[in-house]
Amino acid sequence: MKHFYKLATVLLSASALLAAPACADQPEQYIPVLSYRVGPFAANGASMFSGLIDYLNLTNAKGGINGVRITFEECETEYNTSRGVECYERLKDRQGGASVIETGSTGIAYALLDRLPQDKLPMTTMGYGRADAADGRVFPWVFPLISTYWSQAAAMVEYMAQQSGGMDRLKGKTIVDLYHDSAYGKESFPVLDHYAKEIGFNLIKIAIPAPGIEQQAQWLQIRQAKPDYVILWGFGVMNAAAMKAAARVGYPREKMIGSWWAGSEVDTVPAGDAAKGYLSMTFTAPGSFPVLEDIKGTLYDRGKGNLSGDAKFGSVSHVRGIVIGILMTEAIRAAQQKYGIGRPVTAEQVRWGYEHLVLDEKRLGEIGALGLIPPMKTSCADHEGSGAAMVQEWDGTNFIPKSKGWVAGDRALVRKLAEQSAAQYAADKNITPRDCGKED
Amino acid sequence: MFYRLSGQFRTSYYEDNRLIGEKLERTVFIATMLVASIAIPLVASPYLLSAVLIPFLIFSLAALGLNILTGFAGQVSFGSAAFMAIGAFASFNLLLRVPAIPSLLAFLLGGMCASAIGVLFGLPSLRIRGFYLAASTLATQFFIVWCLSKVGWFTNYAASGVITVQHVAPLGFALDNHVSKYLFVLVVVTTLTVVASNLMRSNIGRSWMSIRDMDVAAEVIGINPLYAKLTAFAVSAFYCGIAGALYSYAYVSTVEPDGFSLDLSFKILFMIIIGGLGSILGSFIGAAFIVLLPIWLNVFFSAMEHFSGLKAPSGITSNVELIIFGGIIIVFLVVEPHGLARLWQRAKEKLQIWPLSH
Repeated sequence: MKHFYKLATVLLSASALLAAPACADQPEQYIPVLSYRVGPFAANGASMFSGLIDYLNLTNAKGGINGVRITFEECETEYNTSRGVECYERLKDRQGGASVIETGSTGIAYALLDRLPQDKLPMTTMGYGRADAADGRVFPWVFPLISTYWSQAAAMVEYMAQQSGGMDRLKGKTIVDLYHDSAYGKESFPVLDHYAKEIGFNLIKIAIPAPGIEQQAQWLQIRQAKPDYVILWGFGVMNAAAMKAAARVGYPREKMIGSWWAGSEVDTVPAGDAAKGYLSMTFTAPGSFPVLEDIKGTLYDRGKGNLSGDAKFGSVSHVRGIVIGILMTEAIRAAQQKYGIGRPVTAEQVRWGYEHLVLDEKRLGEIGALGLIPPMKTSCADHEGSGAAMVQEWDGTNFIPKSKGWVAGDRALVRKLAEQSAAQYAADKNITPRDCGKED
Repeated sequence: MFYRLSGQFRTSYYEDNRLIGEKLERTVFIATMLVASIAIPLVASPYLLSAVLIPFLIFSLAALGLNILTGFAGQVSFGSAAFMAIGAFASFNLLLRVPAIPSLLAFLLGGMCASAIGVLFGLPSLRIRGFYLAASTLATQFFIVWCLSKVGWFTNYAASGVITVQHVAPLGFALDNHVSKYLFVLVVVTTLTVVASNLMRSNIGRSWMSIRDMDVAAEVIGINPLYAKLTAFAVSAFYCGIAGALYSYAYVSTVEPDGFSLDLSFKILFMIIIGGLGSILGSFIGAAFIVLLPIWLNVFFSAMEHFSGLKAPSGITSNVELIIFGGIIIVFLVVEPHGLARLWQRAKEKLQIWPLSH
């Protein structure tokens, strides 16, 4: 019993300490980090959230955002919706209130969708989530930044057209969409279907039930179809299995284009030699950039890096996390420029910042990320900002850029689809879309 | 000294038939309900209500549902999450497609859909039992989740398969804030718990228990195993279905097939194993253990980090929490294989004679 009291005292005083307001001289801006470092997707999650924390630490090491220090607190979600909601509720009001949420999980992001307007808190969903949230009139609090699933699918078709020598050359070609048999796997359908009809290529959709270790039947089908390209809209262990199966039936990996969730070291390394030449989409360019060098020099060389092993430094997932951090700090910076430089801003003001992000080549150059992400500009109506992606190739040890710069598909088409879907959502949920002409 | 049973005489059938026979227990129960329904909504923070108590109550209901089937009727099942999914999806589709349907009715019908499917998938239990039946309920789990993500109609053709649910107002009681959601969940869970406790004392509950204890003997004394087993599946699936609808409408406000995975089924099974098979209280204790302990560990460790100023390498605390959680489960199962409810039972027996030892 004695021990119990001791423990209770420690716990109580610890929580009291947590609840006490931070009494630092420096103004602070708080960001909750809902990470998953254990559970089924820990391999990607650990690197990604380390990347985010690394960038926030780098920003602090350089004096914060115009002198405003970033504080953050981590909470383990295990990629589980229930735990994610709990973390959100626990952290959102700490330290003067959260600025922005990024969960890295579709399930959690959807569960928070209804809570955001009540809490007046913006959420970014980078590379996942609702593609129609790009329509900021219906989704004022959600930001599927850089590129959505639909933009990705359009960019894939664009890349294939570029390789074939023009969109009209795709006519009559055969493209297989080998997809993870889940809602995620079907995200590309509206866009691919539209292109297939418009251009006139033969689209064969082949499902792979999760987890997708066994793919012999599907690859037999692919061998018979002799496709010009295979889109691999996969997830998890299915990706490496697909590369190995392709090698077995002799399908060239150079003709396989993975989605970005099938395009990190976690997917290619287990496939070994079979992955060589494999292509995948990405919204962060591979390679070395000044901002990465900066993180290495400022944090990792001094033993302050957040990754548990340096081997994962600069991996696709790690860089994705860094980019999330870049966009967070840039949104806060933009908000400060409107509402007061050097002062903490509210979450509502951060949302304004996300709607007025201007990351042109000049600004990207200043933060050492020129070429790391496509130049982007958001607005009240456009919460995506870019819509471009890059094709990268696995050379056996590293990813290297394959496409010439950034590739974007038919932006008008993607936008039209997003607006249609968003309008449907607004009708279902009785939401009156904002009038962006009246917003400042 | 305080917990005394002596001097309590039951002098009428009404008194003898009471749900909670002992006076002290009745007082404690009423006090708990008063605290839960009046004090907690008044003083608890939104965090406590929406992120701790609501999921705790909902999972307790799901655990109770599985406990009816596994703990009381002796049929092991891995399909609880699937039945939750049916309840959630059926309620969603009813509210979407049937004009002006009252939401309470939609939840009830959602539970009944789960019930119907439960009976269907309960049919194998007539021929197989034990681990073999458990394996066949796995089929339920996989088939339902596969079917819900495969057939677009169920998700109303949502692109990502995750649907945001409608805003509902059962009996004019809008579920739009933490307090109203909590109170609604509390009322539903309390009602169903009282119904379940009564069921266990009734003809049907006793037939379940006799099937559990020895099905051949039960058949000999005139219990129809077909009827007993299938009603157990039906009632259990109904409870899980309602829990699923509550989970979607009062907690996460989304419905997604992947949210009701095998993982969740296992979690619910662990709840009743740790809480106590064949105990209604055990369902609640088990849910508290599985839902609240990881959260508490997480809070504790982040507080410790803050307190000590030491920063553990990233990811270490997350893993340590899991290790401790697993360790505690093993310790409890070694100390009391019959679950935490049995521990409470023993404590109660000790309390009744305290401070004497015999």
